[in-house]
Amino acid sequence: MESSKVIHAFYNDDEILLDAVKAVKAEHHQIEEIFCPFPVHGLDKAMGLAPTRLAITAFFYGCTGLAFAIWMTNYMMIEDWPMDIGGKPSFSWIENMPAFVPIMFELTVFFAAHLMVITFYMRSRIWPFKEAENPDPRTTDDHFLMEIPVKDNVEELTALLTKTGAVEINVVDKH
Amino acid sequence: MSHYESPIREPLVLGDKTYHDITEDIVKPIEGKANKNWYIAFYISLAAMLWGFGCIFYTVGTGIGVWGLNKNIGWAWDITNFVWWVGIGHAGTLISAVLLLFRQKWRMAINRSAEAMTIFAVFQAGLFPIIHMGRPWNAYWVLPLPNQFGSLWVNFNSPLLWDVFAISTYLSVSLVFWWTGLLPDFAMIRDRAVKPFQKKIYALLSFGWSGRAKDWQRFEEVSLVLAGLATPLVLSVHTIVSMDFATSINPGWHSTIFPPYFVAGAIFSGFAMVQTLLGIMRKVTNLEDYITRMHIEYMNIVIILTGGIVAVAYATEFFIAWYTGSPYENYTYLSVGAATGPYAWAFYSLLFFNILTPQLLWFKKIRRSFMWTFVISIAINIGMWFERFDIIAIVLSKGHLPSTWWRFEPTFVDVGIFIGTIGFFFVLFLLYARTFPVIAQAEVKTILKSSGEFYKKRSEQGIPTKPAIVLLNNDTMEINPDNNKKE
Repeated sequence: MESSKVIHAFYNDDEILLDAVKAVKAEHHQIEEIFCPFPVHGLDKAMGLAPTRLAITAFFYGCTGLAFAIWMTNYMMIEDWPMDIGGKPSFSWIENMPAFVPIMFELTVFFAAHLMVITFYMRSRIWPFKEAENPDPRTTDDHFLMEIPVKDNVEELTALLTKTGAVEINVVDKH
Repeated sequence: MSHYESPIREPLVLGDKTYHDITEDIVKPIEGKANKNWYIAFYISLAAMLWGFGCIFYTVGTGIGVWGLNKNIGWAWDITNFVWWVGIGHAGTLISAVLLLFRQKWRMAINRSAEAMTIFAVFQAGLFPIIHMGRPWNAYWVLPLPNQFGSLWVNFNSPLLWDVFAISTYLSVSLVFWWTGLLPDFAMIRDRAVKPFQKKIYALLSFGWSGRAKDWQRFEEVSLVLAGLATPLVLSVHTIVSMDFATSINPGWHSTIFPPYFVAGAIFSGFAMVQTLLGIMRKVTNLEDYITRMHIEYMNIVIILTGGIVAVAYATEFFIAWYTGSPYENYTYLSVGAATGPYAWAFYSLLFFNILTPQLLWFKKIRRSFMWTFVISIAINIGMWFERFDIIAIVLSKGHLPSTWWRFEPTFVDVGIFIGTIGFFFVLFLLYARTFPVIAQAEVKTILKSSGEFYKKRSEQGIPTKPAIVLLNNDTMEINPDNNKKE
């Protein structure tokens, strides 16, 4: 089971890490994962991660919220139970619409914000009672951990990672 | 990657700090024991809170008649306190969302606590309309739920219902924004916790945050989009609160400048409350290196600006009330009638606390002084309370019919509930300060190299922020040995 072995290389500086990622990438090694204590700008590009589409989902969730608000105000105020409130037009949604703008706005924001965050939690697999998966507790403090799968190139990888400034290199069995 | 920042900018993190030092500084209040002052403050707040709860039970059990309301002034302290607390909440979202969009790095030291303040303040605000219903167990009737009252729906034409939607959206979105930002910091505490129970709790709170590169990419995008959504949201909330008044046809309330002026007033009072809280917190939690004189000064500048907007709005209201020549306008809250009538003391308190006192902040010495800032922030809190009291009690005390003129006198229950909410607020904030990471440490770490005092000084001398690489076999590469901060 050679393929289930991974190298855990620790770095203690974001700039050294970023250069290391570029060096490892240049040697055409696959970086499985990097655990960071804080966001490192440019890391996703250096690793070759695709941009996230969460903002796009937020836009569509917002549209859903707006549509829901329009449907709800129309159904409740115009269709199901029209009432004469201060002479406001209860027979036509579009004529009564200015009074519904705050509701339409709030529901747009409500849907966009909450559904986007729920999508984020689902996609990143974070929710209450979820077990954390960072392999070392130092990665939430001041260490960065680069995980690289090894085949039969342990020495070569170790030498490369050492040269890029890793402060600790461990070969571990994954699972 | 460049961590360069202009040397003109003052450092945001003082002292010679590493990433690990930031971790240590921020968990210290959580892992350590509370001191005597914390317990004194906590028990006083708890007593006030319990007193307030007693008054709430008395109100609910006996009826709203135990308040000082009368047929003319149908809401007074309850709505005053509601608007006051909602307003205080606004600074938190402003700091975390608006300043994020403007890329203001100084927000990072204060956004966590300011958002906590927002959430706790909105809790207090929400209590008042619910108690004022008299039958709080029916509070869910404000929601558009299918029901058996002849399919009776809520009235979407009413600004009071807009308020329900605005406040609940605001509270829930602020909570989610705050919690998402907290996840990496809870994870940090979880990973270093020694006691098993503590580890369990923080593991639960951190939702299993692992800090993968992809998670961080999403985290940053979500923060940015939430900030973009929360910015118009926060402006809409106090706009809608002001419409509770502005859409009515009472002289003094029916005013088109209410929405922008209420929003400015909300930010004004919210920043004052942040100053009050952080002025104490930075001392108690030994976070003086993170919440610096410069943070205080920047917030004071925001206070001068928003306070100026409020002052101009007051002047406009006063002028317009006079200029109409209408006798009914002569008893709005900013008018000659108010200045000479039975509520003159409230009128002058408003001017003194809200207009005169904040002008001291024009002096650089004063706005950079912790003591003065604290005193002025308390004055603004009082002044903003008077603003809402004046708008409500003075305007309602003299309506169109002289035979209905009546004044409002609070009972001990009115006072008790108000004091109770202040106690409740501080109970929540004190518990928060002992158990939550009060500074967004992950975010502060990202600006350490660009805005930390140590790195800024070195950058000025031309030393790069990137340390020299130390090889594992102790054979240091001789690129720039001076770069290693600590030997």
